[in-house]
Amino acid sequence: MSANSETATPTPSSLKAKLQAFHSWAGVDDSTLNNGQKLAVKYFMGAVILFIFQILFGLLAGLQFIAPGFLYDILDFSVNRMVHINAMILWMLYGFIGCTYWLLEDESGTEIAGLKFGILGFWVFSAAITVVVLVYLLVQTGAGNDTTLWLINEGREYIEAPRWADIGIVIVMLIFFYNVVMTFSKGKWSGIAGVLTLDLVALAGLYVAGMFYMTNITHEQFWWWWVIHLWVEATWEVLVGVIMAWSLMTILGVSRKIVTTWLYIEVALMFGSGILGLGHHYFWIGTPEYWLTIGGFFSALEPIPLVAMVVHAVYDSGERGFKNMNHPAMAWLIAHAFGNFFGAGVWGFMHTLPQINLYTHGTQWSASHGHLAFFGAYATINIAFFYIAIQHWRGNVWMGAESQNAWRWKWALALLNIGVLGMTIALLIAGYEQSFIERAIEGSTWGGYFAAQTHPSFLSAMHWRMLFGWITAAGLGLLVWDLLTIGKGETRKAEVITQTE
Amino acid sequence: MSETPMWASESFWKKMAVWVTAGSFLILVVLTFDTLKQTTAGGERVPAYSVINKKIDYQYDEALHKFMPVIGGEELLFGKVFSEEEAEQLVTLGKKTTQAKNCMNCHTLLGNGAYYAPDLTKAWLDQGWLTVELREEQMIKFLMDPEKNARTFGTGRKMPNLDITEEEAKGVIAFLKWMSSIDTNGFPYNFTTIYAEDD
Ligand code: HEM
Ligand code: HEM
Ligand SMILES: [Fe+2]
Repeated sequence: MSANSETATPTPSSLKAKLQAFHSWAGVDDSTLNNGQKLAVKYFMGAVILFIFQILFGLLAGLQFIAPGFLYDILDFSVNRMVHINAMILWMLYGFIGCTYWLLEDESGTEIAGLKFGILGFWVFSAAITVVVLVYLLVQTGAGNDTTLWLINEGREYIEAPRWADIGIVIVMLIFFYNVVMTFSKGKWSGIAGVLTLDLVALAGLYVAGMFYMTNITHEQFWWWWVIHLWVEATWEVLVGVIMAWSLMTILGVSRKIVTTWLYIEVALMFGSGILGLGHHYFWIGTPEYWLTIGGFFSALEPIPLVAMVVHAVYDSGERGFKNMNHPAMAWLIAHAFGNFFGAGVWGFMHTLPQINLYTHGTQWSASHGHLAFFGAYATINIAFFYIAIQHWRGNVWMGAESQNAWRWKWALALLNIGVLGMTIALLIAGYEQSFIERAIEGSTWGGYFAAQTHPSFLSAMHWRMLFGWITAAGLGLLVWDLLTIGKGETRKAEVITQTE
Repeated sequence: MSETPMWASESFWKKMAVWVTAGSFLILVVLTFDTLKQTTAGGERVPAYSVINKKIDYQYDEALHKFMPVIGGEELLFGKVFSEEEAEQLVTLGKKTTQAKNCMNCHTLLGNGAYYAPDLTKAWLDQGWLTVELREEQMIKFLMDPEKNARTFGTGRKMPNLDITEEEAKGVIAFLKWMSSIDTNGFPYNFTTIYAEDD
């Protein structure tokens, strides 16, 4: 397999040559991809690189719990943690943009409308991220004024990116959005296309809610949660619903009518519970008491669509005897259905009623849930898509459980899932201990905080988290190796799946 | 003969999706207006910035069955009376400093943020500052040079030196004092303040 000579990028020719050499080494073939998919694989590669960054900085932050002197005053916990979670948000967004570009031409039945802009958007976005991360690492903090918030760091968890980058992100999202809408308009609309487009409007629009400075911290956190919660518990959930629908249709051959109906059900249930479920973050930030009732009630309903999703994915797979043309992708899709249900649904539900949240709020409990939810719901489905993409890119070869070197994807799957689950349990134990000792007994004073942090069960939990962190990192290493090599030298073609009516 | 019932059809769920989403969003928008109005600084839940001129405490309210901020008489910050405008300016400097120094990626504020360092919601009231008389000076010293003034309570975790100036430190303290006066529906529960011995 030779690399295609036409990589439509505006990069200098030496870089182009290197890229081609890489392509031929990796055994990928651009000619098997449509233009939207060529753009998608750029995003996927960016996503994998950012995923590696996420884990590296997670390891550093985790180590600092055990050895606080490690990198003190050089790369402090705050810096490592910020890069850890920012890289996570960004790699997932890269993945989602990639997935959308991947299915765009197939779903619309026409060529992508603004390919040149799309490519430009990718490079601008990537360059901006590089600058932002370098500033995070080298400058870190600034004086308490607007210049810092505009140029260095906005200091708001998850959306720390300085204001100039916020504006850049919005512009890139507009280009992306233009491409999606224009392509569907030029070609044909479908249920999936409609949900996808409206969801992307909401997703991009919500980001703007996080772009203002406010001295009143109650107002500030009110809007901050609009971005964070309404992303992960509303718009991102629906986006992965779209991706799941499309994937089940293409790799399993489920009929369009069935996946579209399920998608509408999920939208109704997810938005119906998730939008007002926002209230579970408005218990203790100064907002009125009615949020205790509204937030508690609606967020308690949020697991319902996630159960529906599991039923949908498992039933449709089971009905086809799990016969599919991409075993690793299928496995990760099933991991997604369960991970979303457990991480978001079960772990979220456990601390979502205000009577419990009064004690668990702001403890390692939240971190336990955060890890399982982000991994289970969003890392998994992106990884599934990486496998779908690499299969096509390697010329649509067979990727099964008995293929050569299949141990790699199986072990990557096992290590990543065991690693994150192990960290989740360790953090849960730490969270319970904090809830009891720091919150319930000691009343959340500083003395109480430190009493909980030095308790033997907390200390051992931090060591277990680290051990499982290393397992997670090993899983990621294996995953990257597998993506670089899976299907290389495989000659059997994947069979063509026919969609049922 | 069999057919798909209406409630299982694609068109039914499409309509449901649209109406449920629009309805929920509409309710959220209405509640947002109400919440923003009720939580404007100067209202009952979120006091005016000039509350930094007063004594703030946090106690269990028998009637309401929850912990509530208790705003008392004059207790000046840095020995000065701040006008509403001056107070807002100082709290603003403090708030911007907390963002510029990335406090939230080690600490929690109102319980949100990171879990590497203690919650700051009621930091102003914490017994960690030893006595009411020593508090301001202790806080300034600590913020400006945490490395030397840290008490790590056996964790070894020290706050890094963030190049906080004296002016910024005063801003942060004003911000923390003001934040401790917000009615947070009883979070944190069972907190003992620095004034506890006086009562
Ligand atoms: C995939 C979906 C979800 C993701 C990615 C997610 C992620 C997170 C993260 C990262 C936090 C911590 C935020 C912080 O840093 O302060 C959080 C908080 C929280 N989540 Fe979720 N979540 C999801 C779904 C859910 C669901 C469905 C529920 C409820 C049924 C839920 C309930 C909560 C609650 C109550 C908190 C507040 C914790 C606290 O008080 O400290 N989450 N979520
Ligand atoms: C090597 C593996 C990892 C290690 C050692 C690690 C470590 C950490 C540490 C130390 C924190 C800070 C918690 C605190 O403030 O006390 C953190 C936060 C976080 N990490 Fe990880 N992490 C790892 C992998 C992951 C993965 C795979 C995900 C999701 C895909 C993830 C998502 C998050 C999230 C969402 C938070 C913020 C949680 C919150 O604020 O409640 N991490 N991580
Ligand atoms: Fe939430």
